[in-house]
Amino acid sequence: MSKVVSELKYSAEHEWVAADGGGPVGIGISAVAADALGDIVYVDLPEVGSTVTAGETCGEVESTKSVSDLYAPVTGEVTEINDGVVADPALINSDPYGAGWLFKVAVTEEGPLMSAEEYAATNGGEL
Amino acid sequence: MTENYTALYDQHKKAGASFTDFGGWQMPLKYTSELAEHHAVRNAAGLFDLSHMGEVWVTGPDAGAFLDYALAGKLSAIAVGKAKYSLICDADGGIIDDLISYRRGEEKYLVVPNAGNATKVAAALVERAANFDVAVEDVSAETSLIAVQGPNAEAILLQLVPAEQHSLVTELKYYAAVEVGIAVNGKVQTLLLARTGYTGEDGFEIYVPNDDAARLWEALLDAGAAHGLIPAGLACRDSLRLEAGMPLYGNELSLRVNAYAAGLGPVVSLAKESDFVGKEALAAIKAAGVGSTMGQKLVGLKGMGRRAARGHYPVLKDGTLVGEVTSGQPSPTLGYPVAMAYVDVEHSEVGTVLDVDLRGKAERFEVVALPFYKRSK
Repeated sequence: MSKVVSELKYSAEHEWVAADGGGPVGIGISAVAADALGDIVYVDLPEVGSTVTAGETCGEVESTKSVSDLYAPVTGEVTEINDGVVADPALINSDPYGAGWLFKVAVTEEGPLMSAEEYAATNGGEL
Repeated sequence: MTENYTALYDQHKKAGASFTDFGGWQMPLKYTSELAEHHAVRNAAGLFDLSHMGEVWVTGPDAGAFLDYALAGKLSAIAVGKAKYSLICDADGGIIDDLISYRRGEEKYLVVPNAGNATKVAAALVERAANFDVAVEDVSAETSLIAVQGPNAEAILLQLVPAEQHSLVTELKYYAAVEVGIAVNGKVQTLLLARTGYTGEDGFEIYVPNDDAARLWEALLDAGAAHGLIPAGLACRDSLRLEAGMPLYGNELSLRVNAYAAGLGPVVSLAKESDFVGKEALAAIKAAGVGSTMGQKLVGLKGMGRRAARGHYPVLKDGTLVGEVTSGQPSPTLGYPVAMAYVDVEHSEVGTVLDVDLRGKAERFEVVALPFYKRSK
Protein backbone atom coordinates (compact mmCIF):
# COMPACT_ATOMS: atom_id res chain seq x y z
CA MET A 1 0.00 0.00 0.00
CA SER A 2 1.29 3.41 -0.91
CA LYS A 3 2.54 5.70 1.78
CA VAL A 4 0.95 8.99 2.72
CA VAL A 5 3.16 11.24 4.83
CA SER A 6 1.24 12.77 7.72
CA GLU A 7 2.96 16.18 7.99
CA LEU A 8 2.10 17.15 4.39
CA LYS A 9 -1.07 18.50 2.77
CA TYR A 10 -2.47 17.09 -0.45
CA SER A 11 -4.48 18.21 -3.48
CA ALA A 12 -7.15 16.13 -5.18
CA GLU A 13 -4.72 15.80 -8.12
CA HIS A 14 -2.23 13.96 -5.86
CA GLU A 15 0.30 16.76 -5.35
CA TRP A 16 1.71 17.20 -1.88
CA VAL A 17 2.53 20.54 -0.33
CA ALA A 18 5.05 20.94 2.47
CA ALA A 19 4.06 22.68 5.68
CA ASP A 20 4.38 26.45 5.55
CA GLY A 21 7.56 27.39 7.37
CA GLY A 22 7.40 31.06 6.42
CA GLY A 23 9.36 30.76 3.14
CA PRO A 24 8.60 29.06 -0.17
CA VAL A 25 7.07 25.58 0.20
CA GLY A 26 8.11 22.38 -1.51
CA ILE A 27 5.72 20.57 -3.82
CA GLY A 28 5.79 17.06 -5.19
CA ILE A 29 3.53 14.17 -6.15
CA SER A 30 2.35 11.55 -3.73
CA ALA A 31 3.56 7.95 -3.62
CA VAL A 32 0.00 6.95 -4.52
CA ALA A 33 0.25 8.91 -7.76
CA ALA A 34 3.82 7.82 -8.48
CA ASP A 35 2.83 4.16 -8.12
CA ALA A 36 -0.19 4.58 -10.35
CA LEU A 37 1.86 6.31 -13.04
CA GLY A 38 4.52 3.63 -13.15
CA ASP A 39 8.20 4.28 -13.80
CA ILE A 40 8.56 7.99 -14.46
CA VAL A 41 10.98 8.84 -17.24
CA TYR A 42 10.37 12.51 -17.95
CA VAL A 43 9.18 15.53 -16.00
CA ASP A 44 8.37 18.97 -17.31
CA LEU A 45 8.40 21.60 -14.54
CA PRO A 46 7.35 25.26 -14.49
CA GLU A 47 10.14 27.80 -14.92
CA VAL A 48 11.72 29.56 -11.98
CA GLY A 49 10.18 33.05 -11.77
CA SER A 50 6.92 31.99 -13.41
CA THR A 51 3.62 32.15 -11.58
CA VAL A 52 1.53 29.05 -11.08
CA THR A 53 -2.17 29.13 -10.29
CA ALA A 54 -3.85 26.67 -7.97
CA GLY A 55 -5.89 24.11 -9.89
CA GLU A 56 -4.23 24.87 -13.23
CA THR A 57 -1.70 22.72 -15.08
CA CYS A 58 1.91 23.74 -14.69
CA GLY A 59 3.83 20.85 -16.22
CA GLU A 60 3.66 17.17 -16.92
CA VAL A 61 4.92 13.86 -15.67
CA GLU A 62 5.54 11.10 -18.15
CA SER A 63 5.98 7.44 -17.34
CA THR A 64 6.64 4.47 -19.59
CA LYS A 65 2.90 3.84 -19.66
CA SER A 66 1.26 7.25 -19.70
CA VAL A 67 1.53 10.96 -19.30
CA SER A 68 -0.22 13.11 -16.72
CA ASP A 69 -0.58 16.82 -16.26
CA LEU A 70 0.92 18.35 -13.20
CA TYR A 71 -1.54 20.67 -11.40
CA ALA A 72 -0.39 23.48 -9.20
CA PRO A 73 -1.82 22.90 -5.72
CA VAL A 74 -1.15 26.55 -4.74
CA THR A 75 -0.86 29.98 -6.36
CA GLY A 76 2.41 31.88 -6.28
CA GLU A 77 5.82 32.38 -7.82
CA VAL A 78 8.11 29.45 -8.50
CA THR A 79 11.33 30.11 -6.62
CA GLU A 80 13.26 26.91 -7.28
CA ILE A 81 12.97 23.69 -9.25
CA ASN A 82 14.58 20.37 -8.46
CA ASP A 83 17.24 19.92 -11.17
CA GLY A 84 18.03 16.51 -9.70
CA VAL A 85 14.60 15.19 -10.58
CA VAL A 86 14.75 16.64 -14.10
CA ALA A 87 18.00 14.75 -14.64
CA ASP A 88 16.76 11.60 -12.93
CA PRO A 89 12.95 11.41 -12.91
CA ALA A 90 13.09 7.95 -11.30
CA LEU A 91 13.65 9.80 -8.01
CA ILE A 92 9.90 10.52 -8.05
CA ASN A 93 9.24 6.79 -7.81
CA SER A 94 12.00 5.95 -5.36
CA ASP A 95 11.61 8.92 -2.99
CA PRO A 96 8.48 10.94 -3.84
CA TYR A 97 8.47 12.91 -0.57
CA GLY A 98 12.22 13.47 -0.42
CA ALA A 99 14.73 13.60 -3.28
CA GLY A 100 11.80 13.42 -5.71
CA TRP A 101 10.38 16.84 -4.77
CA LEU A 102 9.52 18.95 -7.83
CA PHE A 103 9.51 22.71 -7.19
CA LYS A 104 9.07 25.39 -4.54
CA VAL A 105 6.54 28.19 -4.55
CA ALA A 106 6.26 31.46 -2.62
CA VAL A 107 2.60 30.93 -1.87
CA THR A 108 0.13 33.80 -2.19
CA GLU A 109 -2.91 31.55 -1.98
CA GLU A 110 -3.52 27.88 -1.34
CA GLY A 111 -5.88 25.83 -3.45
CA PRO A 112 -8.22 23.38 -1.76
CA LEU A 113 -5.94 21.00 0.15
CA MET A 114 -6.59 17.94 2.27
CA SER A 115 -4.95 16.69 5.40
CA ALA A 116 -3.00 13.45 5.13
CA GLU A 117 -5.89 11.60 6.79
CA GLU A 118 -8.43 13.02 4.36
CA TYR A 119 -6.21 12.30 1.39
CA ALA A 120 -5.48 8.73 2.46
CA ALA A 121 -9.20 8.14 2.87
CA THR A 122 -9.80 9.04 -0.79
CA ASN A 123 -7.45 6.42 -2.17
CA GLY A 124 -6.79 3.80 0.47
CA GLY A 125 -3.27 5.14 1.01
CA GLU A 126 -1.40 4.16 4.15
CA LEU A 127 -0.50 6.73 6.73
CA MET B 1 -17.98 -8.50 -19.72
CA THR B 2 -17.11 -11.22 -17.23
CA GLU B 3 -13.67 -11.14 -15.73
CA ASN B 4 -11.44 -14.10 -16.47
CA TYR B 5 -8.60 -15.23 -14.24
CA THR B 6 -5.71 -17.40 -15.36
CA ALA B 7 -4.61 -20.46 -13.40
CA LEU B 8 -1.65 -18.35 -12.22
CA TYR B 9 -3.67 -15.56 -10.62
CA ASP B 10 -2.66 -16.57 -7.08
CA GLN B 11 1.02 -16.64 -8.05
CA HIS B 12 0.73 -13.10 -9.40
CA LYS B 13 -1.10 -11.90 -6.32
CA LYS B 14 1.50 -13.40 -4.01
CA ALA B 15 4.23 -11.72 -6.03
CA GLY B 16 2.56 -8.34 -5.48
CA ALA B 17 1.41 -7.76 -9.04
CA SER B 18 -0.84 -4.91 -9.99
CA PHE B 19 -3.48 -6.08 -12.42
CA THR B 20 -5.06 -4.75 -15.56
CA ASP B 21 -7.90 -5.89 -17.75
CA PHE B 22 -6.65 -7.21 -21.06
CA GLY B 23 -9.06 -8.79 -23.50
CA GLY B 24 -11.44 -9.57 -20.63
CA TRP B 25 -8.71 -11.11 -18.47
CA GLN B 26 -7.25 -9.87 -15.22
CA MET B 27 -3.57 -9.95 -16.09
CA PRO B 28 -0.46 -8.82 -14.20
CA LEU B 29 0.56 -5.37 -15.44
CA LYS B 30 3.77 -5.30 -13.42
CA TYR B 31 5.18 -6.90 -10.30
CA THR B 32 7.68 -4.30 -9.20
CA SER B 33 8.87 -1.85 -11.83
CA GLU B 34 8.01 -2.24 -15.50
CA LEU B 35 11.39 -0.76 -16.40
CA ALA B 36 13.26 -3.32 -14.30
CA GLU B 37 11.18 -6.09 -15.87
CA HIS B 38 11.89 -4.74 -19.35
CA HIS B 39 15.65 -4.65 -18.74
CA ALA B 40 15.56 -8.12 -17.17
CA VAL B 41 14.11 -9.55 -20.40
CA ARG B 42 16.71 -7.75 -22.53
CA ASN B 43 19.64 -8.70 -20.30
CA ALA B 44 18.69 -11.88 -18.44
CA ALA B 45 15.18 -13.35 -18.59
CA GLY B 46 11.55 -12.65 -17.77
CA LEU B 47 8.69 -15.02 -17.01
CA PHE B 48 5.32 -14.20 -18.56
CA ASP B 49 1.85 -15.60 -18.01
CA LEU B 50 0.22 -15.66 -21.45
CA SER B 51 -2.64 -17.93 -20.48
CA HIS B 52 -5.10 -15.38 -21.81
CA MET B 53 -4.05 -16.35 -25.34
CA GLY B 54 -6.33 -18.77 -27.17
CA GLU B 55 -5.51 -22.31 -28.29
CA VAL B 56 -7.52 -23.93 -31.07
CA TRP B 57 -6.73 -27.37 -32.48
CA VAL B 58 -7.49 -28.03 -36.14
CA THR B 59 -7.31 -31.72 -37.01
CA GLY B 60 -8.37 -33.95 -39.88
CA PRO B 61 -7.45 -34.93 -43.44
CA ASP B 62 -8.23 -31.41 -44.74
CA ALA B 63 -6.44 -29.51 -41.95
CA GLY B 64 -3.85 -27.89 -44.24
CA ALA B 65 -6.29 -27.13 -47.04
CA PHE B 66 -8.76 -25.72 -44.54
CA LEU B 67 -6.25 -23.32 -42.99
CA ASP B 68 -5.17 -22.24 -46.49
CA TYR B 69 -8.80 -21.21 -46.99
CA ALA B 70 -9.42 -19.75 -43.54
CA LEU B 71 -6.14 -17.80 -43.15
CA ALA B 72 -4.19 -15.47 -45.42
CA GLY B 73 -0.97 -17.53 -45.47
CA LYS B 74 -0.17 -20.88 -47.00
CA LEU B 75 -0.26 -23.08 -43.94
CA SER B 76 -0.25 -26.34 -45.90
CA ALA B 77 3.28 -25.53 -47.01
CA ILE B 78 4.90 -25.52 -43.58
CA ALA B 79 6.72 -28.60 -42.35
CA VAL B 80 5.56 -30.59 -39.34
CA GLY B 81 7.26 -29.03 -36.30
CA LYS B 82 7.35 -25.53 -37.74
CA ALA B 83 5.17 -22.52 -37.01
CA LYS B 84 3.95 -19.64 -39.12
CA TYR B 85 2.72 -16.14 -38.37
CA SER B 86 -0.48 -15.40 -40.25
CA LEU B 87 -3.65 -13.33 -40.40
CA ILE B 88 -7.29 -14.24 -40.35
CA CYS B 89 -9.14 -11.71 -42.49
CA ASP B 90 -12.76 -10.93 -43.21
CA ALA B 91 -14.18 -10.87 -46.75
CA ASP B 92 -13.18 -7.18 -47.09
CA GLY B 93 -9.56 -7.92 -46.21
CA GLY B 94 -9.90 -6.43 -42.70
CA ILE B 95 -7.85 -8.16 -40.03
CA ILE B 96 -9.88 -10.25 -37.55
CA ASP B 97 -6.69 -11.28 -35.78
CA ASP B 98 -3.02 -12.01 -36.20
CA LEU B 99 -2.06 -15.46 -35.01
CA ILE B 100 0.57 -18.16 -34.94
CA SER B 101 -0.16 -21.66 -36.24
CA TYR B 102 1.97 -24.65 -35.28
CA ARG B 103 1.96 -27.70 -37.48
CA ARG B 104 1.97 -30.61 -35.06
CA GLY B 105 1.33 -33.40 -37.55
CA GLU B 106 0.38 -34.00 -41.17
CA GLU B 107 -3.24 -33.45 -40.21
CA LYS B 108 -2.86 -31.46 -37.03
CA TYR B 109 -2.34 -27.76 -36.30
CA LEU B 110 -2.47 -25.66 -33.17
CA VAL B 111 -3.76 -22.14 -33.89
CA VAL B 112 -3.02 -19.47 -31.28
CA PRO B 113 -5.12 -16.29 -31.47
CA ASN B 114 -4.94 -13.24 -29.21
CA ALA B 115 -6.84 -13.18 -25.93
CA GLY B 116 -9.52 -10.69 -26.87
CA ASN B 117 -10.10 -12.35 -30.24
CA ALA B 118 -9.96 -16.03 -29.25
CA THR B 119 -13.73 -16.56 -29.21
CA LYS B 120 -14.19 -14.63 -32.47
CA VAL B 121 -11.41 -16.57 -34.18
CA ALA B 122 -12.65 -19.96 -32.98
CA ALA B 123 -16.15 -19.10 -34.24
CA ALA B 124 -14.83 -17.93 -37.61
CA LEU B 125 -12.79 -21.12 -37.97
CA VAL B 126 -15.81 -23.29 -37.18
CA GLU B 127 -17.90 -21.37 -39.70
CA ARG B 128 -15.25 -21.60 -42.41
CA ALA B 129 -14.79 -25.33 -41.80
CA ALA B 130 -18.23 -26.22 -43.18
CA ASN B 131 -16.95 -27.73 -46.44
CA PHE B 132 -13.79 -29.33 -45.06
CA ASP B 133 -13.12 -32.62 -43.36
CA VAL B 134 -11.69 -31.12 -40.16
CA ALA B 135 -12.48 -30.81 -36.49
CA VAL B 136 -12.01 -27.44 -34.79
CA GLU B 137 -11.58 -27.64 -31.04
CA ASP B 138 -11.14 -24.59 -28.82
CA VAL B 139 -9.11 -25.67 -25.76
CA SER B 140 -8.31 -22.13 -24.58
CA ALA B 141 -10.20 -22.54 -21.30
CA GLU B 142 -8.16 -25.51 -20.10
CA THR B 143 -4.76 -24.48 -21.46
CA SER B 144 -2.20 -22.19 -19.83
CA LEU B 145 0.73 -20.63 -21.63
CA ILE B 146 3.94 -19.60 -19.92
CA ALA B 147 6.78 -17.79 -21.69
CA VAL B 148 10.43 -17.52 -20.69
CA GLN B 149 12.00 -14.72 -22.69
CA GLY B 150 15.51 -13.33 -22.72
CA PRO B 151 19.10 -14.30 -23.45
CA ASN B 152 19.17 -16.71 -20.47
CA ALA B 153 15.93 -18.46 -21.43
CA GLU B 154 17.59 -21.56 -22.87
CA ALA B 155 19.91 -22.08 -19.90
CA ILE B 156 16.97 -21.79 -17.51
CA LEU B 157 14.79 -24.19 -19.42
CA LEU B 158 17.53 -26.82 -19.74
CA GLN B 159 17.60 -27.17 -15.97
CA LEU B 160 14.12 -28.66 -16.11
CA VAL B 161 14.69 -30.86 -19.17
CA PRO B 162 16.24 -34.36 -18.81
CA ALA B 163 19.81 -34.37 -20.13
CA GLU B 164 19.03 -36.82 -22.94
CA GLN B 165 16.49 -34.34 -24.32
CA HIS B 166 18.67 -31.22 -24.13
CA SER B 167 19.42 -31.30 -27.84
CA LEU B 168 15.70 -31.04 -28.57
CA VAL B 169 15.82 -27.64 -26.90
CA THR B 170 19.22 -26.40 -28.03
CA GLU B 171 18.55 -27.37 -31.64
CA LEU B 172 15.02 -26.00 -31.69
CA LYS B 173 14.85 -23.25 -34.31
CA TYR B 174 12.98 -19.96 -34.07
CA TYR B 175 9.33 -20.46 -35.02
CA ALA B 176 9.45 -24.19 -34.37
CA ALA B 177 7.97 -26.35 -31.62
CA VAL B 178 8.67 -29.74 -30.05
CA GLU B 179 7.22 -32.02 -27.40
CA VAL B 180 9.76 -32.18 -24.61
CA GLY B 181 9.98 -33.54 -21.09
CA ILE B 182 9.90 -30.81 -18.44
CA ALA B 183 10.31 -31.52 -14.75
CA VAL B 184 7.39 -30.09 -12.82
CA ASN B 185 7.52 -30.88 -9.12
CA GLY B 186 9.98 -33.73 -9.63
CA LYS B 187 7.79 -35.39 -12.24
CA VAL B 188 8.81 -35.16 -15.90
CA GLN B 189 5.87 -34.21 -18.07
CA THR B 190 5.78 -34.01 -21.84
CA LEU B 191 4.76 -30.50 -22.86
CA LEU B 192 4.64 -28.53 -26.08
CA LEU B 193 7.56 -26.12 -26.22
CA ALA B 194 7.78 -23.42 -28.89
CA ARG B 195 10.70 -21.13 -29.67
CA THR B 196 8.58 -18.07 -30.22
CA GLY B 197 7.92 -14.81 -28.46
CA TYR B 198 6.82 -11.22 -28.57
CA THR B 199 9.80 -9.47 -27.05
CA GLY B 200 12.53 -9.35 -29.68
CA GLU B 201 14.66 -11.72 -27.59
CA ASP B 202 15.33 -15.42 -27.77
CA GLY B 203 12.77 -17.30 -25.76
CA PHE B 204 10.29 -20.08 -25.35
CA GLU B 205 6.58 -20.51 -24.87
CA ILE B 206 5.30 -23.59 -23.01
CA TYR B 207 1.75 -24.91 -23.31
CA VAL B 208 0.63 -26.57 -20.11
CA PRO B 209 -2.69 -27.86 -18.74
CA ASN B 210 -4.19 -25.44 -16.19
CA ASP B 211 -3.75 -27.95 -13.36
CA ASP B 212 0.04 -27.95 -13.75
CA ALA B 213 0.52 -24.28 -14.58
CA ALA B 214 1.26 -23.04 -11.07
CA ARG B 215 3.81 -25.80 -10.43
CA LEU B 216 5.55 -25.11 -13.75
CA TRP B 217 5.59 -21.38 -12.98
CA GLU B 218 7.25 -22.03 -9.59
CA ALA B 219 9.69 -24.53 -11.09
CA LEU B 220 10.78 -22.03 -13.72
CA LEU B 221 11.19 -19.25 -11.14
CA ASP B 222 13.36 -21.57 -9.01
CA ALA B 223 15.43 -22.69 -11.99
CA GLY B 224 15.82 -19.11 -13.16
CA ALA B 225 16.70 -17.45 -9.88
CA ALA B 226 20.42 -17.82 -10.50
CA HIS B 227 20.00 -16.55 -14.07
CA GLY B 228 18.27 -13.28 -13.22
CA LEU B 229 14.79 -14.50 -14.12
CA ILE B 230 11.95 -12.40 -12.71
CA PRO B 231 8.22 -12.43 -13.38
CA ALA B 232 7.34 -9.83 -16.00
CA GLY B 233 4.00 -8.18 -16.66
CA LEU B 234 2.07 -6.85 -19.62
CA ALA B 235 3.47 -3.31 -19.25
CA CYS B 236 6.96 -4.46 -20.19
CA ARG B 237 5.57 -6.91 -22.74
CA ASP B 238 4.16 -3.87 -24.53
CA SER B 239 7.39 -1.86 -24.41
CA LEU B 240 9.41 -4.91 -25.50
CA ARG B 241 7.21 -5.70 -28.49
CA LEU B 242 7.11 -2.03 -29.52
CA GLU B 243 10.91 -1.83 -29.55
CA ALA B 244 10.91 -5.02 -31.61
CA GLY B 245 8.50 -3.40 -34.09
CA MET B 246 5.82 -6.03 -33.55
CA PRO B 247 2.19 -5.00 -34.08
CA LEU B 248 -0.40 -5.28 -31.32
CA TYR B 249 -3.94 -6.17 -32.30
CA GLY B 250 -6.20 -3.29 -31.30
CA ASN B 251 -3.41 -0.75 -31.81
CA GLU B 252 -1.74 -1.40 -35.17
CA LEU B 253 -4.17 -4.06 -36.41
CA SER B 254 -7.95 -4.07 -36.63
CA LEU B 255 -10.86 -4.85 -38.92
CA ARG B 256 -10.40 -1.38 -40.44
CA VAL B 257 -6.80 -2.10 -41.39
CA ASN B 258 -5.51 -4.33 -44.17
CA ALA B 259 -2.30 -6.31 -44.38
CA TYR B 260 -0.70 -4.08 -47.03
CA ALA B 261 -1.10 -0.89 -45.03
CA ALA B 262 0.20 -2.72 -41.94
CA GLY B 263 3.36 -3.81 -43.74
CA LEU B 264 2.23 -7.44 -43.57
CA GLY B 265 1.94 -7.95 -47.32
CA PRO B 266 4.43 -10.83 -47.27
CA VAL B 267 2.14 -12.70 -44.85
CA VAL B 268 -0.61 -12.78 -47.49
CA SER B 269 -0.23 -15.53 -50.05
CA LEU B 270 -2.15 -14.35 -53.11
CA ALA B 271 -0.15 -16.92 -55.08
CA LYS B 272 -1.57 -19.99 -53.35
CA GLU B 273 -3.85 -21.98 -55.65
CA SER B 274 -6.77 -22.13 -53.28
CA ASP B 275 -9.27 -19.41 -52.58
CA PHE B 276 -9.17 -17.87 -49.11
CA VAL B 277 -11.41 -15.53 -47.18
CA GLY B 278 -10.52 -11.96 -48.15
CA LYS B 279 -8.49 -12.95 -51.23
CA GLU B 280 -10.44 -10.96 -53.78
CA ALA B 281 -10.49 -7.83 -51.63
CA LEU B 282 -6.79 -8.13 -50.75
CA ALA B 283 -5.82 -8.64 -54.40
CA ALA B 284 -7.66 -5.43 -55.29
CA ILE B 285 -6.10 -3.56 -52.36
CA LYS B 286 -2.64 -4.69 -53.43
CA ALA B 287 -3.28 -3.86 -57.09
CA ALA B 288 -4.39 -0.36 -56.09
CA GLY B 289 -1.04 0.16 -54.38
CA VAL B 290 -2.36 0.62 -50.85
CA GLY B 291 0.56 0.95 -48.46
CA SER B 292 3.02 1.68 -51.26
CA THR B 293 1.69 4.35 -53.64
CA MET B 294 -1.64 5.23 -52.07
CA GLY B 295 -3.37 5.43 -48.72
CA GLN B 296 -1.44 5.10 -45.52
CA LYS B 297 1.21 2.75 -44.22
CA LEU B 298 2.56 1.78 -40.84
CA VAL B 299 5.90 3.39 -40.02
CA GLY B 300 8.29 3.65 -37.12
CA LEU B 301 8.83 7.09 -35.56
CA LYS B 302 11.81 8.11 -33.48
CA GLY B 303 11.34 11.08 -31.18
CA MET B 304 13.90 13.84 -31.61
CA GLY B 305 13.01 15.31 -28.20
CA ARG B 306 12.31 13.66 -24.88
CA ARG B 307 8.53 13.60 -24.90
CA ALA B 308 6.79 10.47 -26.11
CA ALA B 309 3.97 10.14 -28.60
CA ARG B 310 1.03 7.99 -27.49
CA GLY B 311 -1.74 6.11 -29.23
CA HIS B 312 -4.19 8.29 -31.23
CA TYR B 313 -2.00 11.41 -31.25
CA PRO B 314 -2.22 13.24 -34.60
CA VAL B 315 0.77 13.20 -36.96
CA LEU B 316 1.31 16.43 -38.91
CA LYS B 317 3.43 17.67 -41.80
CA ASP B 318 3.65 21.46 -42.03
CA GLY B 319 0.55 21.72 -39.89
CA THR B 320 -1.53 19.35 -42.03
CA LEU B 321 -2.85 16.10 -40.61
CA VAL B 322 -1.06 13.20 -42.34
CA GLY B 323 -1.53 10.32 -39.90
CA GLU B 324 -2.15 8.97 -36.44
CA VAL B 325 0.03 7.29 -33.82
CA THR B 326 -1.01 3.72 -32.92
CA SER B 327 1.49 2.97 -30.11
CA GLY B 328 4.19 5.00 -28.50
CA GLN B 329 6.29 5.37 -25.40
CA PRO B 330 9.80 6.15 -24.22
CA SER B 331 12.01 3.21 -25.23
CA PRO B 332 13.66 1.82 -22.09
CA THR B 333 16.42 0.14 -24.10
CA LEU B 334 17.19 2.93 -26.56
CA GLY B 335 16.60 5.93 -24.34
CA TYR B 336 14.48 7.93 -26.76
CA PRO B 337 10.75 7.96 -27.57
CA VAL B 338 9.56 5.45 -30.17
CA ALA B 339 6.17 5.11 -31.81
CA MET B 340 4.36 3.41 -34.61
CA ALA B 341 1.92 5.37 -36.74
CA TYR B 342 -0.14 5.14 -39.88
CA VAL B 343 0.91 8.01 -42.16
CA ASP B 344 0.11 8.97 -45.75
CA VAL B 345 2.48 7.06 -48.01
CA GLU B 346 3.97 10.26 -49.47
CA HIS B 347 5.34 11.07 -46.00
CA SER B 348 6.37 7.55 -45.08
CA GLU B 349 9.91 7.45 -46.40
CA VAL B 350 12.67 6.75 -43.88
CA GLY B 351 14.31 10.02 -42.88
CA THR B 352 11.16 12.14 -43.25
CA VAL B 353 10.70 14.49 -40.30
CA LEU B 354 7.11 14.79 -39.09
CA ASP B 355 5.43 16.50 -36.16
CA VAL B 356 3.36 14.70 -33.58
CA ASP B 357 0.82 16.82 -31.73
CA LEU B 358 1.64 16.10 -28.08
CA ARG B 359 -1.36 17.62 -26.33
CA GLY B 360 -1.20 20.85 -28.27
CA LYS B 361 2.57 21.09 -28.65
CA ALA B 362 4.24 19.81 -31.82
CA GLU B 363 7.29 17.60 -31.30
CA ARG B 364 9.54 16.42 -34.10
CA PHE B 365 9.75 12.72 -34.96
CA GLU B 366 11.77 11.07 -37.70
CA VAL B 367 10.49 8.17 -39.78
CA VAL B 368 12.83 5.23 -39.17
CA ALA B 369 12.93 1.61 -40.32
CA LEU B 370 11.35 -1.03 -38.08
CA PRO B 371 12.28 -2.69 -35.81
CA PHE B 372 13.69 -0.06 -33.47
CA TYR B 373 15.62 -2.72 -31.60
CA LYS B 374 17.22 -5.88 -32.91
CA ARG B 375 19.13 -8.18 -30.61
CA SER B 376 22.71 -9.05 -31.45
CA LYS B 377 23.00 -12.75 -32.29
